[in-house]
Amino acid sequence: MTARLTTGGRLIDRQKPLRFSFNGKGLTGYEGDTLASALMANGQTLLGRSFKYHRPRGLVASGPEEPNALMTLGRDKRMEPNARATTTELFDGLEAKSQNHWPSLEFDIGAINAHLSKFFPAGFYYKTFLHPRPFWKHLYEPIIRRAAGLGPAPRHRDADTYEHFNTTVDVLVIGGGISGLQAAKASAEAGAETLLIEQSAHWGGRAPADGVEINGAPAEHWITETVATLDALPNTRLRARTMGAGVYDHGYVLAYERLADHAPAEDAPRHRLWRIRAKRIVLATGAIERPLSFANNDLPGVLLASAARDYAVNYAAGPGQRSVVVTNNDDAYRTAITLKDTGLDVPAIIDARPETDSPLINAARAKGLRIEFGKGIAKVQGRGRVEGVALCHHAGTGEPLEDIPCDAVAMSGGWSPAVHLWSHTGGKLQWDEGLAAFRPDPERAPIGADGETNISIVGAANGVFDTATALTQADAAGKAAAKATGHTPKRKAAPKAEPEERAPILAVWNMPALASDDLRSKTWLDYQNDVKVSDVELAAREGFESVEHTKRYTTLGMATDQGKLSNINGLAVLSHEIGQPIPDTGTTTFRPPYTPISMGAIAGEARGDLFQPIRRTPIHDWHDANGARWEPVGHWRRPYAYLQDGESIDEAVHREVTNTRNRVGLLDASTLGKILVKGPDAGRFLDMLYTNMMSTLKPGRCRYGLMCTENGFLTDDGVVARINEDTFLCHTTSGGADRIHAHMEEWLQTEWWDWQVYTANITEQYAQIAVVGPNARAVLEALGGMDVSAEALPFMSWADGTLGGFKVRIYRISFSGELSYEIAVGANEGRAFWDSLLAAGAEHGIQPYGTEALHIMRAEKGFIMIGDETDGTVIPQDLGLHWAISKKKDDYLGKRAQEREHMTDPNRWRLVGLETLDGSVLPDGAYAVDTDLGAYEAVTEYARGRKCGANENGQAAMIGRVTSTYHSPTLGRGIAMGLVENGPERMGEVLTFPGTDGTVYEAKIVSPVFYDPEGEKQNV
Amino acid sequence: MSDTARTALNGASYQGVVRIEDAGLRGMITVRGDLASTNIKNAATGVTGVDFPGQGEAKCVGETGILWMSPDEIMVLCPWAERNAALTQIRTTLGPAHSLVADVSDARAVFTLSGPDGALRDTLAKLTPANLSPQELPVGRLRRTRLAQIPGAFWFRDTQTVELIVFRSVARYAFDLLSNAAATPVGHY
Repeated sequence: MTARLTTGGRLIDRQKPLRFSFNGKGLTGYEGDTLASALMANGQTLLGRSFKYHRPRGLVASGPEEPNALMTLGRDKRMEPNARATTTELFDGLEAKSQNHWPSLEFDIGAINAHLSKFFPAGFYYKTFLHPRPFWKHLYEPIIRRAAGLGPAPRHRDADTYEHFNTTVDVLVIGGGISGLQAAKASAEAGAETLLIEQSAHWGGRAPADGVEINGAPAEHWITETVATLDALPNTRLRARTMGAGVYDHGYVLAYERLADHAPAEDAPRHRLWRIRAKRIVLATGAIERPLSFANNDLPGVLLASAARDYAVNYAAGPGQRSVVVTNNDDAYRTAITLKDTGLDVPAIIDARPETDSPLINAARAKGLRIEFGKGIAKVQGRGRVEGVALCHHAGTGEPLEDIPCDAVAMSGGWSPAVHLWSHTGGKLQWDEGLAAFRPDPERAPIGADGETNISIVGAANGVFDTATALTQADAAGKAAAKATGHTPKRKAAPKAEPEERAPILAVWNMPALASDDLRSKTWLDYQNDVKVSDVELAAREGFESVEHTKRYTTLGMATDQGKLSNINGLAVLSHEIGQPIPDTGTTTFRPPYTPISMGAIAGEARGDLFQPIRRTPIHDWHDANGARWEPVGHWRRPYAYLQDGESIDEAVHREVTNTRNRVGLLDASTLGKILVKGPDAGRFLDMLYTNMMSTLKPGRCRYGLMCTENGFLTDDGVVARINEDTFLCHTTSGGADRIHAHMEEWLQTEWWDWQVYTANITEQYAQIAVVGPNARAVLEALGGMDVSAEALPFMSWADGTLGGFKVRIYRISFSGELSYEIAVGANEGRAFWDSLLAAGAEHGIQPYGTEALHIMRAEKGFIMIGDETDGTVIPQDLGLHWAISKKKDDYLGKRAQEREHMTDPNRWRLVGLETLDGSVLPDGAYAVDTDLGAYEAVTEYARGRKCGANENGQAAMIGRVTSTYHSPTLGRGIAMGLVENGPERMGEVLTFPGTDGTVYEAKIVSPVFYDPEGEKQNV
Repeated sequence: MSDTARTALNGASYQGVVRIEDAGLRGMITVRGDLASTNIKNAATGVTGVDFPGQGEAKCVGETGILWMSPDEIMVLCPWAERNAALTQIRTTLGPAHSLVADVSDARAVFTLSGPDGALRDTLAKLTPANLSPQELPVGRLRRTRLAQIPGAFWFRDTQTVELIVFRSVARYAFDLLSNAAATPVGHY
C-alpha cells in the first residue's frame, strides 16, 4: 500500500501531526495536508462509490475539479455533505465519511448495478420509467431516490455563522498563481486599488510543483518575495481561501471565502461571500488537466498526472509504488521525472504520439525511464484498484501487447484553460488546434458598463503554458488594467524565465483510437455521473446532436463538479460520432458558481433575529410585556389581541370589543401611514390622487378619501387632514405608507413635474393612539390641557394642543363607530403618553385592544378594509362608495378606467352584508353558488358531476364571495361582508355557501352596516 | 416634556471591533426646496452656523450640521432641545418661498460608531454595497444607501467616528445588525 514518503512535502509540517477519522477509523495526517493527501498518505485508495453503478472510486485530482472524493464532513449542527476531500484542509478532529454506499464502502449491494451496466445506458431512466405513469410517483421515484444521491441532507440547524462583504476596487485579479501574482503586482505598482484572490490556501499555483524557475531561481523564491511586496503595498489586498465564484455584468463579482472550514471556531464566520465591484478584472484561473479515455480509467489508482506530482511534491504522498504514466503531451513527463526523483518506480511512460523529441522527453530518457511511443492503454487491470495495465498500439483496436504490473496510473490528456469566469458574462471561446483545447477569444471579450473590454485573461487560463510568455502577458494585463482605471504603470519589465520547448500534443479522445465496443463501454468520461464514451455515442446515434441536449440526456457534466474533467472529452466524442469538427459542436454554458458555494454564505447574516427587519412602534415593548399576540402587517408587528390570564384568543377579542363599545379602549395606531403634502398645488395634486374632492377641505377639518390606480382599482384609503392653506396630512393604510409615498413621488417627478408640491413621509415621527368608546372624552378630560368637547372638536376635525403635558395633535375620527380620538404625539414620547392614558383611563375602564377587535368593530359598522374588501380587482363603485367619488372633478387617477364597459357592467359583484340564518360564522373566502336545488342537493349533485346552476366546466357557478367575516360580540352572532352579483338589488335573498369542511352555510343578504346605522355614537 | 422622551433603544451599546452606540435624542429637520436659492441656504446655515453642503456632503460640527439628502432636500441637525426653535427659525427665514419643513427628530434613530477607521469601514462593508474606500467616502461625505434590508445614511464625522441614521421602527434591527457585523474583524480596509 502507498504511504507517506520519507522526505519532501513542501506544504506539510511533520512536526504537527493531526488526528482525523475516515468512516470512524482513526488516522493521522500533518498540518498542511488536505483530507485527500492525508487519506492517500494513509494508504486509503477507495474513497467512495459511484453515483449510478456504485463502482469503487478513488482520487482523480488534487484540486476543485475532483469528481470522486466527495465526503460528508462533521456531524449534527456542523454536518456538511458532498465536500471535496481535495479542497478540504485537514484539521485536528476532522470527521469524514464516504458517501453513496450501502451497507459499507467495502461491500456495497448497489455495485451489482455495475454488472448490469449494459442495461443502464444513456436515457435509461427516461425510457424505462415513462409508463405506467402512476408507477413513477409511487414506485420508481422513491426507489431511485434511495439508491442514488450523494451525501445526506443535514437535519440540524447550522451552528455556524456567515456574512457578506462588499468592496469596490479598481482591479480585481482572480487566481494567485504566478500569472495572477505578476498581474496584481503590475497593477498595484501603478497605484491602482488592487485585490488579489486565490481559492486555495497557498500562493503560486502549480509553479512550485512543476519545477518552474523565475529569474534563474526556483519559483518559490519569487512567489515569497512577490507576496511580501504586495502585502507591503497600501493599495493592495490579498485573500487566500477565496474563490472567484461568478462574474456578472458591469464588473460585479461574487467571491467565496472559506474562513473557518480549516479551523472550525465559534467566534468567526465560517464563510464570507464577497460582493466585489471591479472596474477591471484580470483572470488568472489556470487550467485543468484532462483525463484520457481508456477502459477502466475509473479504477482507484488512476489519477491525473498533475495530481500525482502534486501529492508527491506538496504532501509527500505517493499515489503508488509503481506508477505507469500515460500521456499525449509533454507535461506528464514531469510527473514521471518527479516520481522517479522521489524514489518511486515508474515502469513505463506510455505516449500516444509517434516517437519525438523535446527537453522533457530527453530528461526522462536521461533518467533511464522506459518510454513507449505510439502506444496506449488497452485497459486497466485490477479488482477494486489498479493492478496493471495492458499496453497496446494507440492506432489499433486494443489488442494487448504486454501487461505492465503497476499500482497507479498517472494520465494526462492535455490541459483545458479554466475559462469558466471568462464565459460567465459572455466572453467567447475559440478552438486552438495546437493546444487541443478551447481558449478565450480576445476579439470577443466581455464588455463592461463603459462599453470597453473589462476582463482580461492571462496565463494557463489563456492557454499560455510557457512561464516566460505567461509572466510577460500577465505583467502587460496588470498594467493595462491599472491604466484603464486612471493610473500610470511603472516602466518595469516582467520577471524572466527561460522559454520552454515542447513537442506538440496529439489530440486523443479515445484510447486506443479504434477501441472496441467492449472497451468503450468501460471507458469513463464523467466519473461523478457515471457517463461513459458509449453513452455519448448512443446519444449521438439517437439524434442528440446539440451538446446541450446530449448533456441533459446522458447527464454528462451535470454533477456537482459541472463536468470540469469531462466536458471537453465528452463533446469531442460527440463531435467525432456525428462527424463534425469540435468547434462546430461548441461547449455547454458555463454558469456561476465555479464550484458549489454554501447556502449559508448566500443567506449571509439574514437568519434568526436578522432574518427580516421587524418594524416596531414606540409602544412595542409594552405590548410585548402585556400579553400581545402578534400579527404581521407589512414589516410591522401589531398586537392582534392582548391575552389576560387564562383567556383564549377569542375570549380576549370578545372582551376587547365589549369593553371598547361599553367603556373605553386604547389602540396603538402608530403604524398608520402619514404623508405630508405641501405646496401651492397640493390641493390640485390631492384632487388627482383621491377620487373625492380634497381641495375644498377647510383647514382644521378631516375627510375620508379613496385612492385608485390608473386602472381604476381601489388601492388605498385613509383620512386626509388639512393643516393649513397649502399643507395636507394624508393618512394611509399601515402597509401602504411607503407604496403610496412612492406613488405620489412617481406622479410628481414624471408627470406633474411642474406642479409645486413637496411630500414627506413622516409616518414614524408620531406615535398615534386611538382612544375609543363612550368614555373616551372623559379620559382625555382627566388628562386635561385642551378642550375636547363636541363643540370645540367636532367629528371629522382636528386640533393641536397639549394633553397631560404632552404636545399633541388630536384627530376626531372614528373607525369603530364610537366616540373616538386619534392622538398623535412625538414618537419618542409615545410610550410615556400611552402610560399616561392608561393611568388616566383606569377609573373609566380603559383597556387596550388589538387589530382583531379593530376589524370586528369596523365590520360591524360596514367600513371596508383595503386587502379584505379589495384585492386589486375591485373599484370603489363595487363597494357602494359612490358618495366618495366626486362627480364635479374633470379627472382623477382611475376615472377614465372606471368608465370602461366592464367597470360599468351592472352585473359586477358588489358589496353587501351577509347574515347567517343560524347565527354561525361564515367561512372566510367562501363562495356563494347559484342553485335552484337548495344547498344540500346542489353540493350532492355537483359531487356527482351533474349540472345544476353550473358553469360551462361543470362547476357550481359562483355568484359571490365572503370578504370579511367575524363573530360580532356586540350583536352576539356571525356577521359578514361579501361581494355578490347584483347584491344590493337582492336584499333579503338567502345565498348558499358550500364550505370546505362539507358544511353548507346559508346567509341572507342584508345591509353591510350592522351597528348604529345612523352614526349617532361616533358623533356625540 | 423632554424628560419623558426616549429613543427607540434607550442608550443601548455594543463593543466589538468597533463600538456601536445609540447616539441619543437628536433634533432632525427635513427641508425640501430649491437648494440653489439664497432663502434655503440662509435658513439652514443661519440656524446651524455651518457651511451649506455641496452634493453628497455632510457639514457637521458636534450635534449640529446640514446633510445633503437629494437635489431638493437637506436635513438640518441640531441638539434635541433646540429643535422647536430651529424649526421656527427655518420657517421664518424661508418665508413664503415654496418649501417643506418637517420635524423628523422622532422618526429616526441615530447611532454613533467609533473605532479605528479600517474597522469602521469593514463593519459597514458587511451591510452596504456603497463604496467605502477612504477616497470615495472621506470625512464629511454622506452616503444614503441600504444596510442589509433597510435604508440608512451615514458619514464619517472624523476618522474614528461614524454617525448613522435609520428609521426609528427598525432601530432594533439596525442595532442587532451593526453589532453582529462588528463582532468579527475582516481586515480589508
